[in-house]
Amino acid sequence: MLEVKSLSVRCGALDIVKGVSFAVNDGEWLMIAGPNGAGKSTIINAVTGGVAYTGQILLNGQDIRKKKPVELAKNIGVLTQNHYVGYSFSVEEVVRLGRYAYSPGVLARRCDDDERMVELALEKTGMAAQRRQSVLTLSGGELQRTFLAQVFAQDPKYLLLDEPTNHLDLIYQRQVFALIKEWLAQGNRAVISVVHDLSLAKKYGTRALLLDHGCMAAIGDTNTALNRDTLEKVYGMDVYAYMKEMLSRWQ
Amino acid sequence: MNGTQEGFRAYEYILFAAAAILTAVICVCLGSVNVPLKSTAEIFRRAILGLDMPKELPASIILTVRLPRVLCVALTGASLSLCGAAMQGLLKNPLADGSTLGVSSGASLGAVIAIAFGISFPSLPFAGTMVMAILFAFISLLIILGLAYRLDFSLSTNTIILIGVIYSMFVSSAMSVIITFASNKLKQITFWTMGSLNGSTYANALALAAAFAIFGGILFIKARELNAFAVGEDNARNIGVDVKRTKLTVLICVSALIGVCVSIGGTIAFVGLVTPHAARFIAGPNHKRLLSASAFAGAIFLMLCDLAARTLLSPLELPIGVVTSLIGAVAFIIIFYRARGKSRGA
Repeated sequence: MLEVKSLSVRCGALDIVKGVSFAVNDGEWLMIAGPNGAGKSTIINAVTGGVAYTGQILLNGQDIRKKKPVELAKNIGVLTQNHYVGYSFSVEEVVRLGRYAYSPGVLARRCDDDERMVELALEKTGMAAQRRQSVLTLSGGELQRTFLAQVFAQDPKYLLLDEPTNHLDLIYQRQVFALIKEWLAQGNRAVISVVHDLSLAKKYGTRALLLDHGCMAAIGDTNTALNRDTLEKVYGMDVYAYMKEMLSRWQ
Repeated sequence: MNGTQEGFRAYEYILFAAAAILTAVICVCLGSVNVPLKSTAEIFRRAILGLDMPKELPASIILTVRLPRVLCVALTGASLSLCGAAMQGLLKNPLADGSTLGVSSGASLGAVIAIAFGISFPSLPFAGTMVMAILFAFISLLIILGLAYRLDFSLSTNTIILIGVIYSMFVSSAMSVIITFASNKLKQITFWTMGSLNGSTYANALALAAAFAIFGGILFIKARELNAFAVGEDNARNIGVDVKRTKLTVLICVSALIGVCVSIGGTIAFVGLVTPHAARFIAGPNHKRLLSASAFAGAIFLMLCDLAARTLLSPLELPIGVVTSLIGAVAFIIIFYRARGKSRGA
């Protein structure tokens, strides 16, 4: 279980996240939703050690600050929205980095496990044919699938996603979410993802956490947490009416 | 289904080593007096077997002047290039290296202070300048990174280079101040700012070799972490790299190595910037290959530059830093334009 207890993040004089608590159990897909600036991504950054925070983040009851980076990486994997790789690494090299936590030593030799996981990840994400291609020549969707393959190769228990399909076309968006759903279905794992697309949250999430200016506005089953009232309060508009109006254009 | 081998293959090592040795032989033979290959080989044979040297052989030129110098040049080139490759990976910035970051000018400031104020340690005659150079290299690095962190948390933009350039300017004015106070040591001080390996000894070569073995060795060990950094620092953290520790280790090794190089050869610009670029064309961006390729390429490049410095205007000798900057700048432009022409890859 991954537990976040009264998490707060300050940046200068600004409180970005204020006393957020939640827990994720195996098999769950928690969607963190809310308007821009609500502190969604900051929560992910706190869990990954990217920002300083107060409060506690517990992995199976143990404070993650006391865990070694390598141990943490075996349990928590992250996929972010932007990837800018400066050098022309091949797809396979980037994916292989996902195995770092399993053989961080100086004289690390490749083991069969690593090979198998890298192959599997490349195949699952459909990047096997492009394994030797430079990541600089990939399209946005292919690059995101490369990093998805990396995190699959890392084989964590908890997958954190920070708007992973933010600038991707619908085809890739569906592809990436379908792959993650399939990954989750293998059991003994959980997903936490930050999304601003509420339709995606409702389609894929099992639970949702709605944030409003860094505070928890609602948490629970996706449809309970993201209901008409809570959304209207947080977004200051009738989200339901707007979404239905959008949908009517397709009829 | 096997993946590609990431490291250097044996034949690639042999190929690079052969090129380096060939260059070294050429550099030992050529100079103000050109010694035929046969005589050079004879001198080496006799020196190794401990036989008497016939008078007609220019043994002292080869053994006491050129060989230690070529060794020092090769080791300096390898070290600077290795440092450049490591910094470019760590900061994910192809424009980073010891001299653009201001580390080497910081190191020469340390050396200049040691010379001007006669700082030395009684038991170690050369250690005064060396310790000061290393110390200042590291302090410079801390100042530059500290300032850059405050301005721009990600460190991956040009901020760090901008601050490095500003820092270099600051350091050079500080040096001017010191020179006005210690004008009697002007010639010695100029040496540091121009860079020259004239008059290198076997002791120097030994110091360089030791530094390369220790600090360079650690950098080689960190190849996988450098790969992760080159892909992205956040990505490195997410896959389980101890980001802070790696960064500190690499930076300490780079400053120490640059400090030792500067204390012996002065500031030699451009080697750390250009040769890793060229090496990346041959070996690709994977540091398991790139670091080895850079070290060899740096050794070869600097030996050739030193040869040019010694022979072009003979009997006059150019400071090696001038030659590397001249060749380096032109080479850099050519590499850059070719890279742009072909693809975005570099």
